[in-house]
Amino acid sequence: MALFLDQYADIFALRQALNNKQLSVKELTQALLGDIKQHANLNAFVDVQPELSLAQAEIAEQSLACGQAGALTGIPLAHKDIFVTEGWRTTAGSRMLADYRSPFDATVVQALLKVQTVSLGKLSCDEFAMGSGNEHAATGPVRNPWDHEVVPGGSSGGSAAAVAAGLVLGATGTDTGGSVRQPAALSGICGIKPTYGVASRFGMIAYASSLDQAGVMARSAADLALLLDAISGFDPRDATSIETCRGVANAPGRILSDYASFNDTKKTPQPLAGLRIGVPTEYFGDGLNNDVAQAVEQALVVLESLGAKRVSISLPNTALSIPAYYVIAPAEASSNLARYDAVRYGHRTETYTDLADMSARSRTEGFGEEVRKRIMIGTYVLSHGYYDAYYLQAQRVRRLIAQDFQRAFADQCDVIMGPVTPTVAPAIGSLSTDPTAEWLGDIYTLSVNLAGLPGLSIPCGFAPGHRSQPLPVGLQMIGNYFDEGRLLAVAHQFQLVTDWHQRRPGAST
Amino acid sequence: MNWEVVIGLEAHVQLATHSKIFSSSSTQYGAAPNTQANEVDMALPGSLPVLNRQAVEHAIRFGLAIGATVSPRSIFARKNYFYPDLPKNYQISQYEIPVVLGGKLQCFVDGEPFTFNLTRAHLEEDAGKSIHENFATPDGRPCSGIDLNRSGTPLLEIVSEPEMRSAAQAVAYARALHALVVWLGICDGNMQEGSFRIDANVSVRPKGQTAFGTRTETKNVNSFRFLERAISYEIRRQIELIEDGGKVVQETRLYDADRDETRSMRSKEDAHDYRYFPDPDLPPLIITSAWMAQVQAGMPELPEEMRGRFVDTLGLSSEDVAQLCHDRQTAHYFEAVASALPAGQAKLAANWVMGEVAAALNREEKDIDACPLSANALAKLLLRISDGTISNKIARDVFTEMWADNTQDADTIIEAKGLKQISDSGAIGVMVDEVIASQPAIVQEYRAGKQKAFNSLVGHVMKLAKGKANPAQVNDLLKQRLDT
Repeated sequence: MALFLDQYADIFALRQALNNKQLSVKELTQALLGDIKQHANLNAFVDVQPELSLAQAEIAEQSLACGQAGALTGIPLAHKDIFVTEGWRTTAGSRMLADYRSPFDATVVQALLKVQTVSLGKLSCDEFAMGSGNEHAATGPVRNPWDHEVVPGGSSGGSAAAVAAGLVLGATGTDTGGSVRQPAALSGICGIKPTYGVASRFGMIAYASSLDQAGVMARSAADLALLLDAISGFDPRDATSIETCRGVANAPGRILSDYASFNDTKKTPQPLAGLRIGVPTEYFGDGLNNDVAQAVEQALVVLESLGAKRVSISLPNTALSIPAYYVIAPAEASSNLARYDAVRYGHRTETYTDLADMSARSRTEGFGEEVRKRIMIGTYVLSHGYYDAYYLQAQRVRRLIAQDFQRAFADQCDVIMGPVTPTVAPAIGSLSTDPTAEWLGDIYTLSVNLAGLPGLSIPCGFAPGHRSQPLPVGLQMIGNYFDEGRLLAVAHQFQLVTDWHQRRPGAST
Repeated sequence: MNWEVVIGLEAHVQLATHSKIFSSSSTQYGAAPNTQANEVDMALPGSLPVLNRQAVEHAIRFGLAIGATVSPRSIFARKNYFYPDLPKNYQISQYEIPVVLGGKLQCFVDGEPFTFNLTRAHLEEDAGKSIHENFATPDGRPCSGIDLNRSGTPLLEIVSEPEMRSAAQAVAYARALHALVVWLGICDGNMQEGSFRIDANVSVRPKGQTAFGTRTETKNVNSFRFLERAISYEIRRQIELIEDGGKVVQETRLYDADRDETRSMRSKEDAHDYRYFPDPDLPPLIITSAWMAQVQAGMPELPEEMRGRFVDTLGLSSEDVAQLCHDRQTAHYFEAVASALPAGQAKLAANWVMGEVAAALNREEKDIDACPLSANALAKLLLRISDGTISNKIARDVFTEMWADNTQDADTIIEAKGLKQISDSGAIGVMVDEVIASQPAIVQEYRAGKQKAFNSLVGHVMKLAKGKANPAQVNDLLKQRLDT
């Protein structure tokens, strides 16, 4: 079934069409609302409000009419349902917030509104962003557009599926342990998470505050650069947001300017000459699927052909990222989610004996199994007598992991590359039979969050899935702090000579 | 057995800031319920705390005032427990590294100076209020209400070392602490509104024993009088309990002012595991030396310094300065009056500020800030006492007039009412002669050795002079005439 957005390769193509008045923002928005309805079986959207989208389209249209359109005016996006939004429902994928309406917009949502993008609605995610397959969503699993029997990845699974399917050109996501990069990889699209603190967390429903970071997903690195630049910036409402990045104000413009300068100086047959790519041996060990490894390897060969040099590096504490993450993230989550007590808002149980009983029952009913599990773990590791052995120890490991990266960036390499996931997307339902497999699948993405570094994922090939069907494979690029512009430029150079990012589900692969 | 009492106090001091410690909501007391609670105070999804710099500066101010260590880097932690008026179900507080460490506070117990050590002071947020009485659902069923206006009000929790040995010492410490935080302008000191709350940790032990006895913590004490009573009750209760063969249980107790007793609230067995951990939403609080210097520059002169100065340079007694320096406004008022008078007249100023002015303010329930008489106006009046224009007694009448109508200055009133003291010895001599002539019986008594009779004669002269004769001159002349 043809999709409206199939006609446009990326944001730049659509921009041209809008600027040339080949189509109006309203027509575009209406067409997409139709496509979203048609593809409801993907289960990617959790809330669509046509009149709200059309109102935003109207504003974009007016800007276009008076020649004040920016790079993103009228571009159709949608938001992960972890960002609070005025107008659209905000559920965090949880029954707890099934009827919740936020009286304010997240800063990221505001930022994208300010540059006149049009939001098509809210996108499904794992409950409170806890999960790697989007199977822990109150509204049920989301289908991967490449194969409806497999997961799109998670926790930003709805975002990945909507972009991969061609229902929007971009989407917001959040990445606490890989939740932007991993679904981007499994759904064959591009996704980036910036340095911790570059994008505001205000209005992003907290899972693990010290790890949570907003990101964006789109079809190409060039598109990511536009979107990421727009959501970046210091926010006085988020005490962990960063004011300056290497002496430059953390504000829109910084990433695009870095991106442009990295691309500009590289207009030669060897655009990546001098770039040292660190390839961690730990990212190619046991557990990595051979076909995935091969796709990544071929991508590295392409990058070498562009002049980059491959350097073998070691990130010795990689394996410890899983236990460290699964102590720190649940610890923070157990406290962050304490506010859902059925007193002021959220799901409240029908019958209860007293206040404590009301909260306990409401939380048991309102939270899904994965969330309850992590709250239990988090409560345990923070308990008196266990704190030092778990939480403090995990924080020490976290510092070691960050040091591993700093050693590598200090004198060995400029960027680090490897796979995003050990395998391609697993079948829906298969993760629940082996819950630890879901956690182990995060091995290549967790360290980046623990260290607070920027990381992106771009499509780099295909590998056979559980029925031998070809499924997308992602290439991960990890940069040093504030190196988003360089990462995007390297990814862009790769995409200038490859077409993995242009492959669409349904077309021949 | 001889018992020794051990008391440590925890004060919760609401810091005088415009907005809350982690949100932009107003901290104004008394607004309609939940009108001063925004998304942060209500813990709505997606909200984040941002630290109020003014609250930090108040804490620095306090640290500097008590000679404490102000931590260059302190940490905000989450104290996790479920309670409906604690919307996040954790309180942001400081745990392992507080903003203020150590320090000393001087106070007086029956005129004797004592210095008590402080353990620490840390920043934290207040909770909201639960309203259990006279509250109902819209359809009339009784229920509890939650008012989040107070939620997020900045608090400085000030913890003393367990060094006080009597209820009187504890109250003196609490009073001195209260006076200091008000003096520093970091707290409005209103105990009725809960701006300054005290919890008392009390234990007893046999005299000579070094180990502490088991302590109880008494909460809900909202006046110094109740603090004294609550501690006294608790001391009595613990001693009687032990002497009867019982054991003190570590617990939190509530003071009931109506019944003048403390009651068990919760025992240690119900104690929460607060699962403290550093708040990942708030970076460490960094206080640079530049910031400290900036706060230092804005510090008012401290009461101790001012007291010392008044004793040394003005020659006042320590009792007088203790009273004058109870609060900053009174001290400033006094100093302004004293400095407008000639040298050596500070005692006159002190007597009037503590006497007439204090009494008049008290009568009208006014603060010195609202005093209708400016320091300058009062000084002009006192100047006329010191230069002999009017007597102290006449000055009190002029003061009353000026108080009622502060548009008139002392000289105008003195002039208009002809209150000028008669210091002309000729005129006074005439009156003295007149009285000696008209009161022979009294003169007789005096000459017979009755000293009291002299005062009576003075009274007659003053009556004749309508109170305006210079009393010293009247005395001198009368004595002269009678004794020669």
